[in-house]
Amino acid sequence: MDSSLYFDLPIWVRVTLQGVAVIAVLFPLAAACSMAERKISAWIQGRPGPNRTIPPFLRWIPVVAPVLQKLGLFQLAADGGKFVFKEDPIPGHVNKVYFVLAPILAMIPALTTIAVVPFGAYLDSAGRAVPLVLANVDVGILAVFAVGSLGVYSVILAGWASNSKYPFLGGVRASAQLISYELSMTLSVLPVFLWVNAPGGSGTLSLFDVVQSQSQPGFWGGMWYGVLMPISAFIFLVALFAETNRQPFDMPESEADLVGGFHTEYGAFKWSLFFVAEYCHMIVGSGVFVLLFLGGWHPLPWVSLEMVSGWLHIAGSPVLTGALATLLFLGKVVAFIFFFMWVRWTLPRFRYDQVMTLGWQKLLPLSIANLIAYALAIALIERA
Amino acid sequence: MADLLFYVLGGVTLGTAALTVLSRNAVNSAMFFLLSLLATAGLFVLLDAYLLAVLLVLVYAGAVVALFLFIIMLLDMQGGVRPPFTRATIAAAVAATGLLTVGVLSFVKRAQLSAAPVSPDLPVVGATLKSYAAQLFTTYLLPVQVVGFLLLIAMLGVIVLSKRFEGLEDIK
Amino acid sequence: MAVIPVERKPLTLAERTYIPQIVHGLKTTFRHLVAPNVTLEYPEQRPEIPGGYRGVPTLVRDPNGREKCVSCQLCEFVCPPKAIRITPGEIASDSAQAHVERAPQAFDIDMLRCIYCGLCQEVCPEEAIWLQTQYSMTGYTREEMVNHKDRLYELGGTLPDAHLKWDKKKAAEDAAAHGGHH
Repeated sequence: MDSSLYFDLPIWVRVTLQGVAVIAVLFPLAAACSMAERKISAWIQGRPGPNRTIPPFLRWIPVVAPVLQKLGLFQLAADGGKFVFKEDPIPGHVNKVYFVLAPILAMIPALTTIAVVPFGAYLDSAGRAVPLVLANVDVGILAVFAVGSLGVYSVILAGWASNSKYPFLGGVRASAQLISYELSMTLSVLPVFLWVNAPGGSGTLSLFDVVQSQSQPGFWGGMWYGVLMPISAFIFLVALFAETNRQPFDMPESEADLVGGFHTEYGAFKWSLFFVAEYCHMIVGSGVFVLLFLGGWHPLPWVSLEMVSGWLHIAGSPVLTGALATLLFLGKVVAFIFFFMWVRWTLPRFRYDQVMTLGWQKLLPLSIANLIAYALAIALIERA
Repeated sequence: MADLLFYVLGGVTLGTAALTVLSRNAVNSAMFFLLSLLATAGLFVLLDAYLLAVLLVLVYAGAVVALFLFIIMLLDMQGGVRPPFTRATIAAAVAATGLLTVGVLSFVKRAQLSAAPVSPDLPVVGATLKSYAAQLFTTYLLPVQVVGFLLLIAMLGVIVLSKRFEGLEDIK
Repeated sequence: MAVIPVERKPLTLAERTYIPQIVHGLKTTFRHLVAPNVTLEYPEQRPEIPGGYRGVPTLVRDPNGREKCVSCQLCEFVCPPKAIRITPGEIASDSAQAHVERAPQAFDIDMLRCIYCGLCQEVCPEEAIWLQTQYSMTGYTREEMVNHKDRLYELGGTLPDAHLKWDKKKAAEDAAAHGGHH
């Protein structure tokens, strides 16, 4: 494939195309996640889930239409259409500017962080892996954390601008929770980057380099960091659940005690933006976890993409290896999103004081101890 | 292109900084402060100091302003009546402005800024992780330690001030 | 009664981390995930109605096709929410069933009022009204929710119960009229 055509385009066209691509990929993916969530909750509860809706003019198609109907995809389209077309009231008692701004702010970090997350790699003619990423910045993981941390503003502002008590409580809870778990999350990935940045290297925080360092030859080199650093992975996982406001940490919108939490006063399209943003966070979070701890696009521990492409005799083709890598990565992300949902429909919600105790008194000391232990171990290994 | 972006970002930084001070609503102030920080991060990006930009967003925009907002919401500060200027506040304002002016002028007049590195082998401080970290742990080790210590003292002070100690027994 | 103090066992470290419990819960939900559904696809699949189910009250005919109701109005009288309204009528004297003398001219059960108590079935001396297995009554108007006589017989069908007490009575009367032994 001739890629020079694309790179000859003026930069603003390319940037626009990339932006459109992000929206065109993430929105349907998030929507599919919402339907997957409904289906998985149904299956876990012994129900079939949404399986009825079908537009009459598609009923004649054999096989495909009934399968899509059983999977609830037409229900998804109907729900999406409903959110766009139903009345979108703004309650009289809210601060209008921030009330409208909050759902828009929710989308910004949700759609921006994906830009620095590599979603695959292809092997060029020399056999070197080249990342498939919108912006391959050196500060990858920090950029994800930095932009992701801006997501808290949408929740705080939504809670504050709604000017009523349940959203307010949800907003206060969200801000405290997100800031608390950011600490443990950042500390938990430090051992990974200590290990990646061997002395003498140029120093990198790029997610691509993390993935490549999980496919080195040898027993230690080929091991995924999830196996090598289980405690880091565990802390990151728990913090990820808290950061994405998923069960058992969905304090900001715990419907049992806060009606709907920060989005109680929202409806229609603005509410659906919050909804999509939550799933986008989940997708990006799963992607980062897969990159850091589950080997990214490498199929198995000790089995790298290069080896598999060699076995399949596609190593010479950038397109095929790129597609293989992207599929492997997406498969892992989908499996991880399934895990998110599986946990959601298994565990009850924590109490708020339990969330704070867990974050500050358990996870934070654990992550600091974990960091010190791995720093010492890595120092000893380097010395030896 | 870069020049235009610089002026736009600089204007946004200054304008939102002024609005931060002038807003009557505390939440507006915090949001303008956030915008100001983001524009500053944009300026860092123009200087190729990606790491500094990301750190600024991560620490200040992501955590500090969120905490400000959190506190504003908890205290439910709604602007309200401002206390009038007194002789003491005017004197303090004049003194502070004077000190700031002297500081900026001395920085402009006396600072010896080394010329920007021309060789591509020698990256700007703060451009890459490694150069930034190396500077932090060699040249600027003392300031970093001093600032860290200052923060620790401030934190201890807040704990002492906010916790009600009944007697000496509680402090132990 | 003796009070037996029970020592609360201290939690083990594994229990306090909560992780084995989470794993156990995940196993349980996964078992349910792959298990077959416990629900019915309602309009297509219908639940099996147990015997003795008390659904919508209906009117029945006897095996000869005679409507069993003789419009005695006991059910109308006993009905707690006054859902039943009967207009009594005579059976024409030239009919084969003229010996029964009476049958309802109109029989309405307002299903918006009916409380499915079954008192009408219990009180009926003719076993003409039965609560059967029909459980779903829907309609767009109040009028649609009133079961008229023809609808009641359509729902009720025939009671396969060959008492035929009126025919026996008639036979006995006829025999008495002819033989005169009573």
